[in-house]
Amino acid sequence: MIRDQEFLKDIASYCIENSKKLGATDVGVKVIHSVSENVSFRNKKLDESNRADSFAVNLTTYIEKKKSSINSSDLSKSNLEKLIERCIDATKITPSDENNSLPDKDLMSKEIRDLNLYDETHYPNDKKIEFLKNVEETASTDEKIVNTEAGFTENKNNFILANSNGFLGGYKTSNFSSSCVAVSRINGAMERDYEFGSTRFLQDMMKPEEIGKIAADKAIKKLGPKKIKSEKIGVIFDKRISKGILSTLASAISASAIARGTSFLKDQINSEVFPNSINIIDDPKIEKGLGSQNFDSEGVETNSLKLVENGILKNYLIDTYYGKKLNLKSNGRSGGTTNLYFENGTLSFKDLLNSEKKFLYITETIGHGGNIITGDYSVGASGFMVEDGEFTYPVSEITIAGNFKEMFKNITLANDLQMKYSTNAPTLLINQMTVAGK
Amino acid sequence: MSNFFKETDIDTSQAEAIVTETLKNCDDGELYLENHKSEAIVLDDNKIKSSTYNSDQGYGFRAVTGEVVAYSHSNDISKESLRKSSENLKDTLKSKKGTYNHEIPKTNSKYYENINPIESKTFNSKIDLLNSVNNYLRSKGSIVNQVTANFLGEHKSIEIIRSDNQVLKDDRPLVRFNVSVVLEKDGKKETGVYGVGGRQSYDDYLKDGSWKDVCDEAFRIANVNLESKPAPAGEMKVVLGPGWPAILIHEAIGHGLEGDFNRKKTSAFHNLMGQQVASEGVTIVDDGTLHQRRGSLTIDDEGTPTENTVLIENGILKNYMQDRLNARLMGTKSTGSGRRESYKHVVLPRMRNTMMLSGKYSQDEMISSVDKGIFAVSFGGGQVDITSGKFVFNCTEAYEINNGKIGSPIKGATLIGDGPSILKEVSLVGNDMKLDPGIGTCGKAGQGVPVGVAQPSILINKMTVGGTKL
Repeated sequence: MIRDQEFLKDIASYCIENSKKLGATDVGVKVIHSVSENVSFRNKKLDESNRADSFAVNLTTYIEKKKSSINSSDLSKSNLEKLIERCIDATKITPSDENNSLPDKDLMSKEIRDLNLYDETHYPNDKKIEFLKNVEETASTDEKIVNTEAGFTENKNNFILANSNGFLGGYKTSNFSSSCVAVSRINGAMERDYEFGSTRFLQDMMKPEEIGKIAADKAIKKLGPKKIKSEKIGVIFDKRISKGILSTLASAISASAIARGTSFLKDQINSEVFPNSINIIDDPKIEKGLGSQNFDSEGVETNSLKLVENGILKNYLIDTYYGKKLNLKSNGRSGGTTNLYFENGTLSFKDLLNSEKKFLYITETIGHGGNIITGDYSVGASGFMVEDGEFTYPVSEITIAGNFKEMFKNITLANDLQMKYSTNAPTLLINQMTVAGK
Repeated sequence: MSNFFKETDIDTSQAEAIVTETLKNCDDGELYLENHKSEAIVLDDNKIKSSTYNSDQGYGFRAVTGEVVAYSHSNDISKESLRKSSENLKDTLKSKKGTYNHEIPKTNSKYYENINPIESKTFNSKIDLLNSVNNYLRSKGSIVNQVTANFLGEHKSIEIIRSDNQVLKDDRPLVRFNVSVVLEKDGKKETGVYGVGGRQSYDDYLKDGSWKDVCDEAFRIANVNLESKPAPAGEMKVVLGPGWPAILIHEAIGHGLEGDFNRKKTSAFHNLMGQQVASEGVTIVDDGTLHQRRGSLTIDDEGTPTENTVLIENGILKNYMQDRLNARLMGTKSTGSGRRESYKHVVLPRMRNTMMLSGKYSQDEMISSVDKGIFAVSFGGGQVDITSGKFVFNCTEAYEINNGKIGSPIKGATLIGDGPSILKEVSLVGNDMKLDPGIGTCGKAGQGVPVGVAQPSILINKMTVGGTKL
């Protein structure tokens, strides 16, 4: 089972003490233990079971303004001793950087709140198997479904983060996730779709029948897609992918991209980046939240941040190093965003679909076609045509393209936000993008 | 003798006994042990941004019967941990009965030396070189806005213990050196990225000032992109340059020819064996035996020696890439394509160096035959949906072609196509096959493995270009 805090603390203290003995002026260390059990099914039969038991230690040593790091999975003291020595040797000969330092003491997290992130329930493998049988049973009801795969993963994690300024904190987290992939076929051509659920607590997991049914329905609806003509058209992003817009925003407003001058949002702080109806929040203190945390990866206290308020960019995501470069204090975002979301829009999903005569509704994008420096965006896509508010036919082998700067300014949100992932967005319309097809 | 049990409470023969006992009613399986050392030294924004050394060691214990894979991994190499894993595997497969296949081919070939690239170049000389890269690029003028360069080096030792004490070993060096430069002119910013690498020491790729060539190439690409105009949108002819653009082959058909997707009948290629899937001039192989290449392996991660697997010969689909499990279930032999990212991951059939072989046409002939289209010279990443067969990749250097002449550079755009039909649209195959510079990493099921690609210039009759200009 998962190792306790005392065990991890002992290793963390050992690393700090030994590093200091060898000449480190500052030390930061993280010790992690995780146990993960996964079972997967394919076509109603057991396919794979996988158990993982992993330790990790991440150590950073400083000698004044010089810095170097090591990572290891072997927690034996004899191994750590060798690695600490190696880390100190590398630190000594690494050039100094005036921005290298531990976080300011007064920014560190003072107390650990129980955010309800750990469910000690163990879901034995035969229960997982039963769950997956139900998932696949439901997924394969329709004869057009020719292949199903389903998986269930249970993950328990414990960690200690400590530094030589006296910070020491950590806590357990858990995660249960289940997924189903369904392949549908008609006239020899196949389509694939999926459903996925992830929760901190077992009791909050979607019902297996629900997971199977959604995956199958989605895969069947995609059958017989058409390629459409190239045109400019309003594009609606399904909730499964609309959150991608927020991930792009997060990369573009990270202190590193801003400080390095490699963001299309450089110098846009306090300017209107979205329509004035848009608010974007990053809240680390949501109970049971998949992205929740008491402090960031440096131990800095994290609190809720309004990144965008009434369309205006209000905050960057700041860690200690790039904060110093920008002359800003860390806001506890070393390691990125936590629970990031758009506040709901005003239109219902139905009203959004009816707000124009014709839309392209995208359910999946492929490729990595976003450029954070220029804001240029071009990805492969598939989805549906929506005409007079109705889904008319599936569409594939097309691309959608634009520039984030303009896309951000042309966003309309529906009011159907759900907290299903760590980053969440309601259904989202971008008025006018270029679609390339035939 | 194994190096993995030295400082543990278990010796090789005890471990072998646990393996044999655990696998006695299984079709296949092994204890895979891995020691992985890696480093990353990064220069960014005029400074050494980070230097990191990673040391990871552990085992992955696998038992396979029928279609079922039971896997347990840990970084605690001890008697108790192995016993626990063994119990776990036996419990999963308790209702199954298999017959262990002891047959595994042996090899004396070696496609790389056992060197540790991290230790074969001093830390100081790496720092010095990174600083030289920064100075060299910044000396090209105030247009240079940002320079990033890094060394990524690793050494991986693996040992595979199969039932009845068969032990197979491999030591794998791997390096990569990357340069990225951001140029700014008239308020417009563009990036150029270039890198080199393979299974040798850093200096084999950087000596005699050849690091400057890497810098020059990154600078050239960024410079071209500063002049780029919006890319066109819609279907048109596409000429691909030689070398790295072969990630089109990797995405469009490579993944679809991996054994697992075909056994499960989820690949768009699963019922096309022996059929014409490409134009006649197209031959594609997946070769693990090229010396010192990034995707090469002496043995794969199940212990099978790698080979040069013909996938498509003169347009006809000949073979899938197989690991042992999928080969057994499909009644064929492993092609030495069983790979895993680390001991934390199960084996999957994967690509190694995927190459389209040369034809007879020159690149000039291709370009002059195009009235309206694009010429794509370099790409970023790609992705494929193996079930529908749709794939994409992103241009990082491309030009318009107008009336048989290369025109202005165009902005990065995604190209999208359909895997099973794209190779039938290849109308001309060039005589200039080139290997990529050794920078590719392929992702599948959350596992990244180093791969290579190669191709000559090719002309594709029709592909959708995802620009913004209608």
